[in-house]
Amino acid sequence: MTAYLTGALEKPLLVEGPAGVGKTELAKAVSRATGADLVRLQCYEGLDEARALYEWNYKKQLLRIQAESAGSSWQETHDEIFTEEFLLTRPLLTAIRRDEATVLLVDEVDKTDVEVEGLLLEVLSDFQVTIPELGTVEAVRRPFVVLTSNATRELSEALKRRCLYLHLDYPSAEREREIVTRQVPDLDERIAEQLVATIGRLRDLDLKKSPSIAESVDWARTLLALEIKDLDTTAIDETLGVVLKHSSDQAKAVRELRLRA
Amino acid sequence: MSSSGLADRHVDFLVALRAAGVPVSLAEDVDAFAALSVLRWDDREVVRTAYAATVLKRQVHRPTFDALFDLYFPRLVGGGAMDAERSDRQDGPEAVAELRSRLLAALGAGDVDEQQRLAVEALGRLGAMPGRGTGLASWSAYTALRRLSPDDLIARIIAALLDDGRVEEEAARVAARRVGSFTAMVEAEARRRIAEEKGVDHVAEVTVRPSIDRLDFTAAKRADLEEMRREIYPLARRLASRLAREQHARRRGALDFRRTVRASLSSGGVPLVTHHRPRRPHRTELVVLCDVSGSVASFARFTLMLVFALREQFQAVRAFTFVDQVHEVTQLFAPRSMTGADPGDVLAELAASTEHAARWGRTNYGRAFTDFASSFPTAIGPKTSLLVLGDARSNYSDLALPVLGDLADRARHAHWLNPEHRRHWDTGDSAASAYSAVVPMTECRNLTQLGQFVHDLV
Repeated sequence: MTAYLTGALEKPLLVEGPAGVGKTELAKAVSRATGADLVRLQCYEGLDEARALYEWNYKKQLLRIQAESAGSSWQETHDEIFTEEFLLTRPLLTAIRRDEATVLLVDEVDKTDVEVEGLLLEVLSDFQVTIPELGTVEAVRRPFVVLTSNATRELSEALKRRCLYLHLDYPSAEREREIVTRQVPDLDERIAEQLVATIGRLRDLDLKKSPSIAESVDWARTLLALEIKDLDTTAIDETLGVVLKHSSDQAKAVRELRLRA
Repeated sequence: MSSSGLADRHVDFLVALRAAGVPVSLAEDVDAFAALSVLRWDDREVVRTAYAATVLKRQVHRPTFDALFDLYFPRLVGGGAMDAERSDRQDGPEAVAELRSRLLAALGAGDVDEQQRLAVEALGRLGAMPGRGTGLASWSAYTALRRLSPDDLIARIIAALLDDGRVEEEAARVAARRVGSFTAMVEAEARRRIAEEKGVDHVAEVTVRPSIDRLDFTAAKRADLEEMRREIYPLARRLASRLAREQHARRRGALDFRRTVRASLSSGGVPLVTHHRPRRPHRTELVVLCDVSGSVASFARFTLMLVFALREQFQAVRAFTFVDQVHEVTQLFAPRSMTGADPGDVLAELAASTEHAARWGRTNYGRAFTDFASSFPTAIGPKTSLLVLGDARSNYSDLALPVLGDLADRARHAHWLNPEHRRHWDTGDSAASAYSAVVPMTECRNLTQLGQFVHDLV
């Protein structure tokens, strides 16, 4: 529904939520459903303009200058080395220049520095990029933009203002069972039911890290691989490491759910 | 559109959101309206999602948003369709008994839709407070809930859940949560009915509470404290990543000649990128002295949790608690117990250790400072930052200002965090200004202010 709005209003979508609830998967699903190609920009600390937007291929330019015979004038060389041939397009520019339908995924945008956010502003509000030597490149066709964030830091108001916001949380038991059976079709219907119920009970506990959907799916695969036919307390106890990754959480789950007699 | 009144309602809603502390810019306002015009309005949840996507940009504001949305775009008008068809069955003991049995079934099965219907019905039938004239009648969630007394049902819900194969503590927790959410439904329903009688704006002003990160520590209810505790770790993570990033930005030290030249080889000997040596981060030792008497205990605990969650940002952290006697609690936060133990357990242990800090049971800052200076003379050194937490209410006893002054002089920095609003300082037995003359005092009433302070401290 919010995804529909993103398309209808041609605004970027900012998705927040705990790790492993399918924020990235949402972008992939949109690209699959619409048949668009996915361009992904994975954000990390220290990401800069050169890796997000575009870069001049210095080495090639240098080679070009050195290969140049002394005869040609500086003006010619200058015009030649700042052309498309020497431009390395990075994800943001690539997404904007594409003619086909595109989904641009800016993953974990909260990991970047504040300066990169400023860079994103121009791209996200007007879908254009200004390259001093070439001029402004405008989007041929507006991409469907999805930004994901784990909310490790507060994003700037200016960025949030330009986006639609969606908070993804853990799904209802019914929805989760659908997801698990869709992802792991071989899983027995009854086990899936038990598994989702157990995950729900684990999320009810006050844990450091509640199990995510990704972990439920992993658990389903584990049970399938171990050929466990019934998810009783011993089976839960033995495979708990798949879903809970803090020792204190495991201890708490064992204690509260009475896994060991 | 303006003739339908939707635009007016839309603007009123946004004004109420802003008044409740949710920042809504003009651009978001326009977006929300644009979103409404591409969607159908016949489904209330669609409208809610549209508003949530365009106006709401932080999850902490969600409860405020939902409460206001329910007021401005109510589920139904009056008693809904049920009023007409059930007018024969009004108030009375049978009505209460009948509602209770249906409520028990709905709570036991966890059927949210049925609970919602029951909340409407319960308030309509049991919560009416007839007034003398039109506009004077009102609705009381309290009356309805007292007569329905869902708390008494908890035991029976637990029994039902146990039959489902759940274990005891879990069943108790689930039952309590379901009853809690039903109570919230009835309260929301009462707000809606009152808003119909008295106007939406009146109710919006009175009933909507501030979001959890702006809620005062001293005004927090039990459930709020639970929620705040869960906020501590995310807050610490956010702070840690922000600090790491800021330190990273400041870390550009002297030019690293060797690495620069090596890197230049790939561009034909032209140094395009310079490399720098990292600068050594500067870390302080921290000594926290906190008042854990009843009035400020929760504030002290939150601050301790936050400080220890950020321990890697400091050289060393020592924590002392006091009521009238000083007691060291650093070992509770030992690295082993921090990674291993559950934060809830740590808090419980901390609360249990309070009794060591009280001999006479009345807060006495003067005695605590004197005691600290004599028992732990080496705790404070030139590299230490001293942090005092408390409301500076010392029951009119001796303040021991020279002792605190001496401690503050020996320390590199000294800070005092006061969880009370600045306008309450120096009222009653508060010695805030006397102490703030010795140690700079900062107001720290909610999680946002606390986060800001800890960030500046590091």
